[in-house]
Amino acid sequence: MMSSAVMTKKRKKISPGTIVLHIILILGSIIMVFPFLWTVLSSFKNLGEIFTFPPTFFPKEWVFSNFPRSFTAMPFDRAYFNSIYIAVIVTVLQLITASMAGYAFGKLKFPGHNILFPIFLATMMIPAQVVMIPIFNTMKALGLLNTHWSIILPAALFNAFGVFLLRQFIMGLPDDLEEAAVVDGASTPRIFVQIIFPLIRSSLAAFGIFVFLGQWNNFLYPLIFLNDPKTYTVPLLLAYFKGQYATEYPLLMAGTVIAVIPVLIIYLIFQKQIIAGIAITGMKS
Amino acid sequence: MNKTRKYWGFAFVAPQLIGLILFSLVPLFQAFYISFTKWDGMQPVKEWVGINNYIEAFGNADFVKSLINTLKYTIYFVPLDVFLALLIAMALKNVAGRTIYRLFYFMPVVSGSVSVGVIWTWLLNSNTGLINMLLKMMGLPMVPWLTDSKLVLISIAVVSIWWNVGYNMVIFLAGLQNIPQTYYEAAAIDGATKLMQFRHITLPMVSSTTFFTLITTIISSFQVFDQAFIMTKGGPAKASYTFVYHIYESAFQKFQMGYASASAMVLFVIILIITAFQMWASKKWVNYDV
Repeated sequence: MMSSAVMTKKRKKISPGTIVLHIILILGSIIMVFPFLWTVLSSFKNLGEIFTFPPTFFPKEWVFSNFPRSFTAMPFDRAYFNSIYIAVIVTVLQLITASMAGYAFGKLKFPGHNILFPIFLATMMIPAQVVMIPIFNTMKALGLLNTHWSIILPAALFNAFGVFLLRQFIMGLPDDLEEAAVVDGASTPRIFVQIIFPLIRSSLAAFGIFVFLGQWNNFLYPLIFLNDPKTYTVPLLLAYFKGQYATEYPLLMAGTVIAVIPVLIIYLIFQKQIIAGIAITGMKS
Repeated sequence: MNKTRKYWGFAFVAPQLIGLILFSLVPLFQAFYISFTKWDGMQPVKEWVGINNYIEAFGNADFVKSLINTLKYTIYFVPLDVFLALLIAMALKNVAGRTIYRLFYFMPVVSGSVSVGVIWTWLLNSNTGLINMLLKMMGLPMVPWLTDSKLVLISIAVVSIWWNVGYNMVIFLAGLQNIPQTYYEAAAIDGATKLMQFRHITLPMVSSTTFFTLITTIISSFQVFDQAFIMTKGGPAKASYTFVYHIYESAFQKFQMGYASASAMVLFVIILIITAFQMWASKKWVNYDV
């Protein structure tokens, strides 16, 4: 990629400024990527080698046992399962409920919509840390603490930003398709499913990526609501792991690799969609 | 026909409306109410104490310290983060190979606060971390990045920049793409230098994005918690003890729900003030023509 890019420039004659720019950008890229690389390399070293000075770059002796050891020490498989299914359920429910509300505000314009919508907007100013204590108490009263419902319910049912975003997209759709369907006698739910939903597919994908990533990396709420390691999500388990094995760096690094590398692989495959998704949602907020 | 459509609107908004009531409006009022009580989260009865929790908060050394720490962190983190993000976005705008650079710079964003915190705790380790080993190899003194109370917030801010700069970069890239190329061409014909083009085209045109990015980054910076919790547990000697850390600790480690709610309400007011300022200022200065 880089070499072909440099070649095209070569034909146009490279200015010294361009070379300097690339050098700076490459240095920056190293700063961004090297910590991950170092984590991976550290996870294959033994405890003695990790503390030697000067540090070795590649392991002198490749140790693979850190991975099975961290899997036995901590239920990462279970945490993965928990994280994936929580994030999937939250994303799917969020896409459905937020687009429904977006449709209600954008097109259906039910009585009172112009009072309710500003209330939705205003709640975007409420930080999660302000409502977490009452939500914690509600979950406790309902007996939902230590269950994934305490994470799923608030995240899946409420997202003022999502409602706002999808309302914007749905409002921008032309009315005539819908009007034709209304004349043909199509019911409102049917219009929503068969006409609106397909038209906002790309916006839904962008919003879905945004929700999934946010849920996947969510830390504060799981930290408060989940106390049983069996219920832990990946970030929570990794934080717990760090507390237990603070000085066993190779083991800790193996745990970090287990937590972060699959995510990075998915990122490398879908980088275009992920970055576009974040750009679209980020710009609108 | 139109009438039934309107009534369907209620059904369509219902799930999110229930969510709004249960997980935002009611908890907000509850938090407000709890902030005037003394309550450990377990007793059925909440003892009404008026504004005592608020008075206690502003007299509490930990509260004040956490607020000051958060302000300092914001000063270290936000301007540099936004400036670097803008700089990288401008550098990447027309450069060859920008997709691959963008891929690298955005990489930490998807990694999550805990992974980032664990990785950097190891890199910044006082004795055996890579950064200090490199310093030692160059014959420089080792630096107690996370164990010196004067340095720790700066170190965490730098890690946060590493983590977040790609996010803001993507926002800026999207903003820069909205500037019509013809503006630059016209300016170049008129003999404007690159610097003048930057000053008179790029800067005013990205001003709304910059302002928006600044505000959202400030708001998120006031809510900083994960990095401090993972990397330093708020230490050493509470030097990285942040405002949300204080709320978390008061509520879920000391079980002072009333006091914690009062502190949370203070956070809410701070964020309201920032948002109100944003609304006022964006009407006043920012060029939204783009």
